Amino acid sequence: MKKTVVAMLLVLMFVISACSNNPSNQNAGSGGNTAEPTEANQSEGTDAVKIGYVINTLNNPFFVSVKEAAEKEAEEVGADLSVVNANNDLATQLSGVEDLIQQGIDVLILDPVDSAGALPAIQAANDAGVKVITTGRMVDGADIITHLGYNEVKHGTEAGKFLADALGGSGKVVELQGVMGTSTAQERSQGFQEAMAEYPDIEILSSQSANFDRAEGLTVMENILQAHSEIDGVYAANDEMALGALQAIEGANREGIVIVGNDGTTDALEAIQAGRIVGTMAIYPNQYGEKAIQIALQVANGEQVDAMIELPSIFVSSDNVEEALAEVQK
Amino acid sequence: MTTSSSSAANRAPRYLQFIQTYGMLLILLLVVAIFSMLSPNFFTTGNLINIFRQVSIIGIIAVGQTLVILTAGIDLSVGSIVGLAGAVSASVTLGTGNPLFGVLAGLLTGAAVGLFNGVMVSYFKLTPFIVTLATMTGVAGITLVYTNGNPIIVSEPVYKFIGQGYIGPVPFPVVLLVLVYLLFFFILRKTVHGHYIYSIGGNEKASILAGIQVKKHKVIVYTVSGLLAGLAAVILSARLSAATPVAGTGYELDAIAAVILGGTSLFGGKGGVGGTLIGVLLLGVLTTGMNLINVSPFYQDVVKGAIVLVAVLLDRFINADSQ
Repeated sequence: MKKTVVAMLLVLMFVISACSNNPSNQNAGSGGNTAEPTEANQSEGTDAVKIGYVINTLNNPFFVSVKEAAEKEAEEVGADLSVVNANNDLATQLSGVEDLIQQGIDVLILDPVDSAGALPAIQAANDAGVKVITTGRMVDGADIITHLGYNEVKHGTEAGKFLADALGGSGKVVELQGVMGTSTAQERSQGFQEAMAEYPDIEILSSQSANFDRAEGLTVMENILQAHSEIDGVYAANDEMALGALQAIEGANREGIVIVGNDGTTDALEAIQAGRIVGTMAIYPNQYGEKAIQIALQVANGEQVDAMIELPSIFVSSDNVEEALAEVQK
Repeated sequence: MTTSSSSAANRAPRYLQFIQTYGMLLILLLVVAIFSMLSPNFFTTGNLINIFRQVSIIGIIAVGQTLVILTAGIDLSVGSIVGLAGAVSASVTLGTGNPLFGVLAGLLTGAAVGLFNGVMVSYFKLTPFIVTLATMTGVAGITLVYTNGNPIIVSEPVYKFIGQGYIGPVPFPVVLLVLVYLLFFFILRKTVHGHYIYSIGGNEKASILAGIQVKKHKVIVYTVSGLLAGLAAVILSARLSAATPVAGTGYELDAIAAVILGGTSLFGGKGGVGGTLIGVLLLGVLTTGMNLINVSPFYQDVVKGAIVLVAVLLDRFINADSQ
């Protein structure tokens, strides 16, 4: 019986090594790709830039797409990329950074779990001479080369203005907020509130958090629908909540409620195409992932980069939804 | 002689237990060898220190879990205790400006929750699984109330030393890890309390008949488990310079997995902290090794799940063999 178990573990180990995308395996897999004449050198890790990417979560389709795009871009430019999932946990994030340092990375892309608690991870990288780029959340007091992020206040404002214009400048609206401890949620909400302040005839009935979650978006919206018989518009700080709210509205057979989201996920774009929601402030995960790798390469090569780099975003409505879908599916 | 026949009956499981622990050590060495071949950066002093520092937190929790499981119990609340004790410890350090008070408050918080678990299990005769499931949920809630959902940042230098400092080349958390294992290795082997723990887990009724104060010893075991989770919480918050309310989530499962990997039986009475250390290291080596050889994060979870399953299967077979 012990032999069986030992054998099972052995098999497991081989499976792990087979799953590993270390350069030698990757090169074997892309043998037909002649774009990389220095493959042999790269597999010894001598001249390829080594990039480590510690990503906050992969429980979110957006970040899975970011990761895939980053991997694709890294392969195209011939950089070694290692991705570690921090699972929304500060300790896992720190361990992941430490492991990547041991692996000998040149540049660390860090998508911080928390604005304050990520500092030791960045310090560990700095101490090891690894250049650090942060994405998404800013980390207070951190020594970084550059920060890649969205102008989230602008996202909230643009989405809010679109909603207001869609309602003809007057009506009763509901705001579904994200996880309010995060700067993304706070800034999107701030932007939305600023936009609404310019429309005196629009009344915000309720601002509630549904934690960026579709299921919570559904239940929160159900409760709001119970409480208010007259609702004209919904602004959701992300598409998951927008789609949850859509489900609640359709389930309650309420018609004529205009929904605007944020993020531009495939689900949301398809809903725009079908006319079920009117628009979303789209940020493209593939552009995010590509940009992160490109900037990391520039940083590794010692090129000068801006201290703040704004990631591209665009508002998508029925006018440009086809192009947006094409971009997402690229 | 009757005594020799009864010791012969005991020999088989003891022998198997030895094989199991020994087998796990072999597997650990094998895994280390494989990762060393796959990555030139794995078998380096820097990385080995890195692995020990990373496992120190789960490692210390797993000692308490070993004691509880040896009495045929289980402690699901340790992960939540890490969250609460970390928050208390960090906020007391901030409030008083004295890290010693902070550390003591963290340890006491952990011990208090453990004491509660122990009293419920021993004197109210509730199932350990249910009691600690309830405290796991309740304590996580108390942490959110206490912190209002916000992380507490501590930058007090002495406090930070507990998680980030070094004694010579050895990280301070690793020093604590080694001390805790040595202490409990001694307690289990050489003290009456240690012998009683095995006796209670082996046969609780017989232990009562033999005049052992089973209730008292079980309360001690759960309190110690809570106390060690409190210590782990102090180290974690010191390492991160921050106590987050969700810190420690899921740690109970890692600790239980490590204990079982280390050959301690879920049915109680068999095993020890030596095996647990091997289990803890195996899990740590797998995580770090897979990061080093760049295994996709999704597969990493699959592998870890499979490893735990294999460990439980092993536990089951060993126990089936011994009956």
